[in-house]
Amino acid sequence: MSQISRRKLITSGIAAAAGISSVAVAATLARRHGLIPPDSSGIYGPGETLTYAAQRLLTRHSMAREFSRSEISKDPFANEVDRLGDEFSRLKAGNFADWKMTVDGMVARPTAFSLADVRSFPTSSQITMIGCEEGWTYIAEWTGVPLSYILDKVGPLPQVRYVVYRSIQPDWWESIDMADALHPQTLVAHRMNGADLPVPFGGPLRLRVARQLGYKNVKYITRLTLTDTLKPFGKGLGSASPEGGYAWYAGI
Amino acid sequence: MNDLHRGGGCDDVESQAPGDGAHNMNATLPIAGGDAVHATAVPEATARQRHSAMVRVTHWLTTLAFLALLVTGGEIVLSHPRFYWGETGNVNMRPWLNLHLPSSRSTVPTGYGYVLPDQNGWSRYLHFQAAWVAVATGLLYLLWGLFNGHFRRNLVPPSFKGMGTSIIEHLRFKRPGADEAWSYNLLQRITYLVVIFVLFPLMIWTGLAMSFGFDAAFPLAVRLLGGHQTARSLHFIVTILLVLFLLVHVLMVIVAGFRARMSAMITGRATPPTE
Repeated sequence: MSQISRRKLITSGIAAAAGISSVAVAATLARRHGLIPPDSSGIYGPGETLTYAAQRLLTRHSMAREFSRSEISKDPFANEVDRLGDEFSRLKAGNFADWKMTVDGMVARPTAFSLADVRSFPTSSQITMIGCEEGWTYIAEWTGVPLSYILDKVGPLPQVRYVVYRSIQPDWWESIDMADALHPQTLVAHRMNGADLPVPFGGPLRLRVARQLGYKNVKYITRLTLTDTLKPFGKGLGSASPEGGYAWYAGI
Repeated sequence: MNDLHRGGGCDDVESQAPGDGAHNMNATLPIAGGDAVHATAVPEATARQRHSAMVRVTHWLTTLAFLALLVTGGEIVLSHPRFYWGETGNVNMRPWLNLHLPSSRSTVPTGYGYVLPDQNGWSRYLHFQAAWVAVATGLLYLLWGLFNGHFRRNLVPPSFKGMGTSIIEHLRFKRPGADEAWSYNLLQRITYLVVIFVLFPLMIWTGLAMSFGFDAAFPLAVRLLGGHQTARSLHFIVTILLVLFLLVHVLMVIVAGFRARMSAMITGRATPPTE
């Protein structure tokens, strides 16, 4: 073995060892700082983890772009929704007076809010863009209660890390981390473009997560659950999306 | 032949990694007549370092990532095969470009009587994972190329003389001379520079500009482009340009000698042309 190849061998050995140990250190640090998404297992885990970690490091506090009133889309598209069922029809017939949004899990005061309760809370408005993973977009003004206000009301326990939210459509449930849950643009929206939120757009209540794609903006919200782990929910991948093959984090 | 080899010298060899220089010089031996050419096992002495390990590894990693991005990107486009300018665009609005392809969504009016199966989930997962591979590979190549002078030496044209002749020769699919086995020609250099320093960065920029999380932190990324849908349209247009590049690139490799060029990019070594 020549001098050069031995030196090369040693150098690449050291480089490989350094590489492997820095990946291990990075993984430990990432886990500690909540940079690992719940769907990080599997072949797409590395890319997904890099995307989520990078966005959390770079964009934790940034605000989604806001637009002027003149930029509001004249032709917003509601997308299709699955059949909403008899329970929804009954509630709709009563003008959603009996609609309940339950907040439970790791909270000091589990509460079931009526639609009237939610509408009586202080509101925040934003003119932002919503986009579908398919590629289409529209801009609208959303008005609603900041999720952080509702969380304050129920008293989250200090170990809470995620908010799981569910719809009257049993197959559509999602979750977000606290960076998004406490973000000032995350709303329990009940108005759109100055009127009550229309049913095709998620009325009476839709969770508006301005920095994530449409499928994280779940329509017909009935329940919020605060938790420190997503493991017990569904298949433990974080939400219905990864169970259907889609990424849990949809900031990209 | 001998002249060609001596004339080549170290400057034309891509690999300039420390320690490789002497090795290259030793390998640059004149070939002994025509006999060696026809030998099945090419003697070490006749083969010369053509592409450095870094160029070869990054070339094939980029190839893999690009193909993954292309397939998954095309798949994602099928869920909405329409393109718009500005910030917003959806089926209620007029697209500037309608691909008139069948769609994987029933909400898109395509004129076809069927809806394709939804493949967006894994396509998006793989698209972003391949994008990370492409970006990491690109950064590695960029830093390496800047440090060791690869761009200056091998890609920046020494002069623009002979541009007209070169264009005509390319259009006639003239088989390149032996000297081009050791160095890129003028059009090749310009094309590679455009792909590396214009198209790839544009691809990354327009891709990131479509991310709502990224735009929140860096709103100028999308504002400068002219909006979310413009970013999406540009992402598609640059894809078409890169696919055109890929087709021409492969065609040129075939014209120049598929086996020799492929073997140079795989093994790193090239042997003198056989004719």
